[in-house]
Amino acid sequence: MKPYKMRNNEVIHYHFMLLPTIALLAVFSIYPTLGSVMAFKYFDPVAGIWGSPWAGLDHFKMLFQIPEFKQITINTITISLIKIILNVSCALAFALLLNEIRKKWFKKSVQTIVYLPFFLSWVIMAGIFKDFFSVDGLINGALQRLTGGEPVMFFTSQFWFMIIIYLTDVWKGFGFNAIVFLAALTSINPNLYEAAEVDGASRWNKLIHITLPSIKPTIVLILILSLQGILSGGFDQIFNLYNPLVYPVADIYDTYIYRMGFQNNQYEFATAVGLFRSAVAFLFIWVSHWLAEKYGDYRLF
Amino acid sequence: MKIRATRQDFAIDAVIYTVLALLAIITMIPLLNIMAVSLSDSAKATAGLVTIYPLGLSFKTYETIFKDQAILTAAGVSLQRVFWALLINMAIVILASYPLSKTNKAFRSRGVYMWIVIGTMLFSPAIIPLFFTVRDLDMLGTVWALVIPGAVGQFYIILMLNYFRSIPAELEESASIDGASPWRRLFQIYVPLSKPIIATIALFVVVGHWNAYYDGLIFAIRTEDYPLQTYIQQLVVNYDTTIRDLEQVKSLLAVSNRSLTAAKLVVTMIPILVIYPFMQKYFISGIMLGSVKE
Repeated sequence: MKPYKMRNNEVIHYHFMLLPTIALLAVFSIYPTLGSVMAFKYFDPVAGIWGSPWAGLDHFKMLFQIPEFKQITINTITISLIKIILNVSCALAFALLLNEIRKKWFKKSVQTIVYLPFFLSWVIMAGIFKDFFSVDGLINGALQRLTGGEPVMFFTSQFWFMIIIYLTDVWKGFGFNAIVFLAALTSINPNLYEAAEVDGASRWNKLIHITLPSIKPTIVLILILSLQGILSGGFDQIFNLYNPLVYPVADIYDTYIYRMGFQNNQYEFATAVGLFRSAVAFLFIWVSHWLAEKYGDYRLF
Repeated sequence: MKIRATRQDFAIDAVIYTVLALLAIITMIPLLNIMAVSLSDSAKATAGLVTIYPLGLSFKTYETIFKDQAILTAAGVSLQRVFWALLINMAIVILASYPLSKTNKAFRSRGVYMWIVIGTMLFSPAIIPLFFTVRDLDMLGTVWALVIPGAVGQFYIILMLNYFRSIPAELEESASIDGASPWRRLFQIYVPLSKPIIATIALFVVVGHWNAYYDGLIFAIRTEDYPLQTYIQQLVVNYDTTIRDLEQVKSLLAVSNRSLTAAKLVVTMIPILVIYPFMQKYFISGIMLGSVKE
């Protein structure tokens, strides 16, 4: 058969189809990314980003000197790591439990309910949780009836605040995060279980010797891919829930950039933090994709 | 082979069913609680007695909302933004994915374009220069500031081009031999065959734009420009950075009218609750396509 030959003039249509995409990316993605150069400038609103005088590494020197920067670096990485571990293990546990269910209607109903919070915004969730954990909210009401003590100030205590951050993050995402594991579970060959059953394996044995080894590659892949978000920490969640009293433990790069940039108008400093964050984040993305390709047989496209 | 259920098996099953049922209940409680507060009598709600059913059932809060100009304006902004985003984002996704789904041989510049798309996806623009760009284009305070900067969904393009690649090339070849132009082949062969993925992406675009608040916060000039989520954000979670002591934070947390705030949250949730049943059919396959591939 003669190979399909593209008519020469067709490629020009392809360029046309890509024109809006590239134009928009140039203006709203590439150009602002280049604008990060303001991290090396003394910003002069009249002269604009490009016309302002150079500052060299002044903003970066400041960055590495102030104690807040060290603190937010520690916070960001701690929060991300704990979230990754909690989210992956809870999603995995949920998927394993759900996989044991044979009654279809029950499985479906549970799934429908637990996926829902994923689609509600953190603004809404923050509103709900602020009420839920408030002095006269449901939790404090229940505690009061049980113990009768003073109400717990969940949002102003640094300890309780972080507990709430982790709990609500898991609460919102465990169902949805489990989808990948559920898919991996359905692709396990049922013959393996039948053979194990003939050999007298208990449910626990089957879990340890068949199920977990079978989905191990998926677990590893998810953990590797989670690495790329290690400098995010969940801006929407923290930004909408936090308050000045918990800044010392809850502040992450993105919330700090917002406060410095839009509330304190330290544009160059905020951009310097952003640039540093992006550079390190890019490194993590690159490494995680490299690892995922090497060990997880994963390719982005 | 029939699986033989033993007594021990039955006990394990009972535990699993109970745990999952509990998880489902725990997931629902905060949502039911906020609905109950929104439907409760304001005084009873403030006393902190409401659990998951309303006390002193009252629809007063909802009546107030439908007379509240500010929230109606914000909802209008959100609806406009979702409409335009759906139109523009989907057009871009479809147009960009088709040439990018070609082989490198058929479309030699593909590599360069792909590199730009992936590169801009991994390296997000700095927020402050982006703000200046939007300002210099005179888009601040308009709905375009909320739609245009994020109009290229690189992740959606990757999903879509992978789907396009799964469509047999022979279909296109025969159409090409009959003299169909690339545009015609895209819209009369590829688009009709890609309805599931188009629906998936459209739902994600709608949910994403309905839920977005951050750009509203940055790109709005007046509070009338806020989309609904930004309006809610200002209402329930805005802290004045000048407040430093506990007493002030405490009083801020206490002043709002609980029932009314709850009702506003519920109203903002409604569109998601309405499209959620339709989404459920699609999003699992969509997520699978995007995350783990063979």
